[in-house]
This record gives sequence, C-alpha cells and structure tokens, in this order.
Amino acid sequence: MRVIAAMSGGVDSSVAAARLVDAGHEVVGVHLALSKAAATSGRSRGCCTLDDARDARRVADLLGIPFYVWDLSDRFKAEVIDDFLDEYRHGRTPNPCIRCNERIKFAAVLHRARAMGFDAVASGHYAQIRAGAAGPELHRGIDPDKDQSYVLGVLGRDQLAHTLLPIGGDHKSQIRDEAAERGLLVARKPDSHDICFIPDGDTAAFVRSRLGSEPGDIVDDASGAVVGHHDGAHAFTIGQRRGLDLRVPAPDGAPRYVVDVDIATSTVRVGSPELLDVDRIEGDRPTWTGDPLGAEPVAVHAQVRAHGEAIPAEASMDAGRMHVTLMSPVRGLARGQTVVVYDDSRVVGSATVDATRRLVSA
Amino acid sequence: MEPGFSAEARVYLDHAATTPMIGQAQEAWLSVARQVGNPSSLHAAGRRQRQIVEESRESIAELLGTRPSAVVFTSGGTESDNLAIKGMYWESRRITGASVVAASAIEHHAVLDPVEWLAQDQGASVEWLPVDDFGRVRLDALADVLAGPPVAVCSIMWANNEIGTVQPVTEAAAMCRAAGVPFHTDAVQALGHLPMNLGELGADAVTVSSHKIGGPFGVGALIVDPGSGLTPVLHGGGQERDVRSGTLDAPAIAAFAVAVRHAVEGQRDRARHLIALRERLMAGIESAVPDARINGDRGTSPDARLPGNVHVSFPGCEGDLLLMLLDAAGIDCSTGSACTAGIPEPSHVLLAMGRDEAQARSSLRFSLSESSSQGDVDAVLAALPSAVERARRAGVMDAQVV
Repeated sequence: MRVIAAMSGGVDSSVAAARLVDAGHEVVGVHLALSKAAATSGRSRGCCTLDDARDARRVADLLGIPFYVWDLSDRFKAEVIDDFLDEYRHGRTPNPCIRCNERIKFAAVLHRARAMGFDAVASGHYAQIRAGAAGPELHRGIDPDKDQSYVLGVLGRDQLAHTLLPIGGDHKSQIRDEAAERGLLVARKPDSHDICFIPDGDTAAFVRSRLGSEPGDIVDDASGAVVGHHDGAHAFTIGQRRGLDLRVPAPDGAPRYVVDVDIATSTVRVGSPELLDVDRIEGDRPTWTGDPLGAEPVAVHAQVRAHGEAIPAEASMDAGRMHVTLMSPVRGLARGQTVVVYDDSRVVGSATVDATRRLVSA
Repeated sequence: MEPGFSAEARVYLDHAATTPMIGQAQEAWLSVARQVGNPSSLHAAGRRQRQIVEESRESIAELLGTRPSAVVFTSGGTESDNLAIKGMYWESRRITGASVVAASAIEHHAVLDPVEWLAQDQGASVEWLPVDDFGRVRLDALADVLAGPPVAVCSIMWANNEIGTVQPVTEAAAMCRAAGVPFHTDAVQALGHLPMNLGELGADAVTVSSHKIGGPFGVGALIVDPGSGLTPVLHGGGQERDVRSGTLDAPAIAAFAVAVRHAVEGQRDRARHLIALRERLMAGIESAVPDARINGDRGTSPDARLPGNVHVSFPGCEGDLLLMLLDAAGIDCSTGSACTAGIPEPSHVLLAMGRDEAQARSSLRFSLSESSSQGDVDAVLAALPSAVERARRAGVMDAQVV
C-alpha cells in the first residue's frame, strides 16, 4: 500500500511510521503545520513546533522515507480554532482534538492523500481498526491508560477504510521501548497533553484574549445571591472550581463550582458539586462509526471525556438527537463536550452534548 | 505514474538553489585544505595561504571586470547582501542623514529582510519599487523615488531567482549614480548565466555567491569599491579591509575563484545551450498542460530571462503538492519561494506581480545548468500531466472538505 504517515515528531507516530515501513508499505512522512504561531514560538508542548517538525524529519531520515511539511494552518484556523472560539462564545466547551481529527487529519489530509494516489493515512493513535461484518470497526486501544478511541469516535466507516492505526494493539511502554530499540531519538520525549494552539495551557486566558471581556455576575445557584463578578462568562466551564475569586463565602464553607453558564445574561452560576451530577444527556450532530442507533434504547457504554470512564448507559435516537441515560451519574458535563457511545470495546458513534439533566434540582 | 521514491537516476532541475561543485573546484579546495596556515599569519605558512587568497582575488576581479581591492570575501550571498544594505545605509545616514531605502519588491529574502529590519529597528523608511507583469522593476517608479527625500541606498537584483526576469540594472545604476545614491545589485543568479562586466555596470556594490556557480558552499563576495563607504556588520580582526572580519577560508576562496573562471569563460556557450533547453521545456509544458501559465518574460527577447529558468503556474494546483508528486517521479524541482521549516509561503514575487495568493502558491520553478540535457526536459514533460491532474484533484478536494 502507499501510505501517508502523519508524523507529529512524537514517539507514537514515529513508531507507527516505522512499523509501516517494516510491513513493506510505501510510506511518505508528512508533518502537519497546523498553527503558525506555535511554529514560530518553538517552545510549545503541543504538536506543531519547529522542534517537532525537525524531530519528525529526523525520524523520516532514519526510516529512509521522503518527508514533507503540509501547511494546513489556514484550514486548521478556520475549522478548529475559530470553531473552538465560536463554541466558547456560545457557552459550550468543545474538544478541539476531536474536531481536528474529524475535519483535518482524517478529512482534509485523507482526501488530499487519496487524490494524490495514496491508499491510506496512518497515525499514531492508540486505537484499533478491525474488520467487521459490515465494514471496518473502530475499537479501543489495548492500553487502557492511553486509549484514544474517544478522540477518533467521530470517524465514519469510509474514513476508517482508508486509515491505519499501527500501534493501537500495544501498550505505551512497549512503544517507547520499541522506539529506543529502533534508535529513534524521540523515544524519551514527553507526552503532549495540552491543546496544541494554547501552548501555555491557559485556556481561559486564550479565550478571553480572543473574545474580549464582558463583565457580569457570579450568582449562587441556590440562593440567587450575587457572590462575585467576572469579566467574561465565556471563559468559564461547567465543573470549574478555580479562578472564581468569590467575595462571599458559602454558608457551610464548602467549595463551590461553576454549575451553569448563561452567555445571554453574562451570568455564571455556582453551587455545590452535587449540582454537577447529571444522568441524562441529549446530543446533537450525531456521527456513526458503526450502524446508527434507532428509536429503541440499547445498552451501551458512554464516555464523555478523553480519558474518562465508560459509564453503562442506554442510548437511542429521536428526531436526529441522541438520548443517553446514564446508569450512574457523571459530574461536571458541559454543553459542547462529545459523548462517544461504545458497544463493549467498539465505537458505535458520537454526539455533541446539547442538554443535560441534573439529578439534584436547584 | 504512481508515487514511488526509488533512488534510481534522478533528474535534478533545481540548479538555482544550488548546482554541483565542478571537479576543478573540488581539486582546488582539497589542495589548499591540505596545507596549514591562516592567511593573516605573518610566517611562511600564513604567507602561502595569503598568496592563494590574493591570487584568487585578482583572478575574480579580472574575470568580473573590476579591481582586486574591490573584492571583499564573505560567507556567501546572504552576508554580502546584509553587508551592502546595512553597511551602505548606516554610512549614508551618518554622512548625509539620508534614511530612505529603495528596493524592488521582488528581492531575495537576503535583501528583503535586512531592509525590513532597517525600517523596523533603525528608523529607515522604505520605498518598495513595483514591477510590471513580467516582474521587471519599473524605472519610472525609481525615478520618482530618486526625486523625493534623500535615498541612503538602492538595491535591485540583477536577475530574479524565482521567475528569472532580468532587471534593468545598468539603467538603474546610472540613474542612482546621477542622483548620488549608492546602488547595490544582487547578482547571485546572474553570474555565469548573463554577460557581466562590473566596470561597465557602474554599481557601488555587487553580491556574488560561490555555490550557485559550481564552487563550494559558504563563500561569496561583495564587490564594492574601496572608495564607497561601508559600515561593517561583522566586527573583529578586520581581515577584509576592515569592512569584514573573520578568518579567511582559503580553500573555499581558491575553489570559488576556479568556479568564477569556469562560470565567466563558459557563459556564452552555457547560455546558448540553456536557452535551447528552456524554450523546449516551456513549449512542452504549454502543450502538455494547456492552461499552464509561464511566469516572467515569455518571448520579448531571449535575453530577458535567465537562460536556465522556467517558472510556471498551474491553476488549481498547490505548488508543494506538485513538487511532492514530481519528487516521487524522480524529478527535483522547486516552488521557488522561501521556506520556513519546509512550510511553503506564497511567492512574494508573484504577489508583487499582481497575482492572487492561490496563483502565488500554484507555481513550480525548473532551473537548468550546463549539465542538463534534453532527456531531463523530456522526463519533466512525461511526468507533469499526471502530477498536475493529481495535484488538481487534491486541490478540488481541499476546497470541498470545508
């Protein structure tokens, strides 16, 4: 096969590319330049700095494969960063990595590769693609600590059919060992955790700097009393505890959390953590990795965070919206997050959280 | 043609980026490198290296039609351009107070960026000289600038590295001379391809580079009259007339001199050979890809573009994808534009010529040398149609994915 190996410069995608070469594929390494700002700062812990491009190039040299940098920064800005800000503007909390996989890595890059005569795009994600009766299936990676099937949960069968995930069947420690055995200099490189276009990890400051400030009140959800002020409701996320700077302590002295964000009135509501527990989720923008769900609820596992637990649930579709009832509540779920539903280890599909129901009413 | 990256016979058509070191230059380099001695040392070993440097200087001066004392050795084109632009600007400002820098909008980054830096950091005001549809600098604009506030330095390249358009440098030099304005030209692409007599040109400073003409990397010269004031950029031992410091690289300078001889003495025959190949390649591209557009001067005169330059826009294609597909087909070429970490930027040259960003990203440059053959040209023509078709499909996909 002729394969484009997406090479971030990290250990995972480096080993993925190496394995493809070993398997006899004709491999071309491509580093995606996604953020022009990060590319010049050079100190980002994200995935698109000059250092990372250099690391990726050196791995490609070692593997003896051609290597190119594809500048997708304009598209990344339009599809991921602008979308990210737009979601925050509307009081939602998006996952930009999911968006990037959906619109950039397994869309723009895959289409481009296919048009240029390549058969597939490979990445270093910890997830597995298996042949199923109805087509390719996406399964969890073997390593429970590293499983990345959640951030790939928006892919469809047509995308999976042209995707290779060479390392999903191994543990991270094995991949690191293999990288060292292969003599790859990136073997001990730390994992990247941050959002790549927010290298300092301060999402609130990033959002505020782009969306400006609009002062408003912080209100106690139970009493309705104003307990503080903020300079932009969109910088707050449901479940957040830090950075509230409340003037009035809670009567019982317990910590308070953001339990709701109302952009229209620029109001941030805070309360006790029990208020954050939800057991019903409604999602829009459904995507299907397997067969779509129907109106009849079926037993699934639902996951709402990249490394969150899989919660037993029932899921069904009604009028284009996904309804998920959790068997045990999840704490601090914000609109805009993605819920991915699984059948055992297999990804069924996803939806974007649009409404939640609290177990405890205010 | 399927993507395939075999190591078998490749076609190298990126000689404007760099061209192979000629055999005589390799021998000259090696023979000097085997000897010990710093050209600035006073003992016998030093004198022997100094002699090699001075003989090289005299040879280069004679071949270029200038005096040996005008040859200032540098580390290459970028340093020469920086020294000329900054050195002349500082000197002019110190003596006359002039603070305007005039440069064509299509200069190489080694000129563009020092000019930008002077504007941002040193109080210069910049007059970017516009170009016509062929990418030829407009002398009427230069005349307007020269009639305005005092100009500290004017820089116009001899021939453009991307689109190959030869610039009216003799006229520009004369206009600047008449206005009392120091004139610099970057002749990196012109040397060995165009007739060159610096005595007749009348420029105050001329940049030349070794590795573009079959010499080693890391050496070049600024040809600058000792009477022209120049503030140094590199301070230190003052090895080159106190204008440039740093230990002289005698082996590289010896090999550079050999390459200059080869370049200048073979220029006429080389140009004839390259123009024939160039015309064959341009005509072939126009017939193989009918909507391809040749950039630069197509046909007003054979001497209006660099003999070995072919620069083409392929509507609907990303130049870097075309480059990748041709790379897979065994052909080395270039998009001709500047790179940061391999990230292609839209060509500032095409933007200056009035093209939009998509057009400025859709181009390839093929640059030929005396070692290029009809076989090379035919290989490009064979590989190009399917590469263009694939790149175009990828471009359409790019547009649809939104």
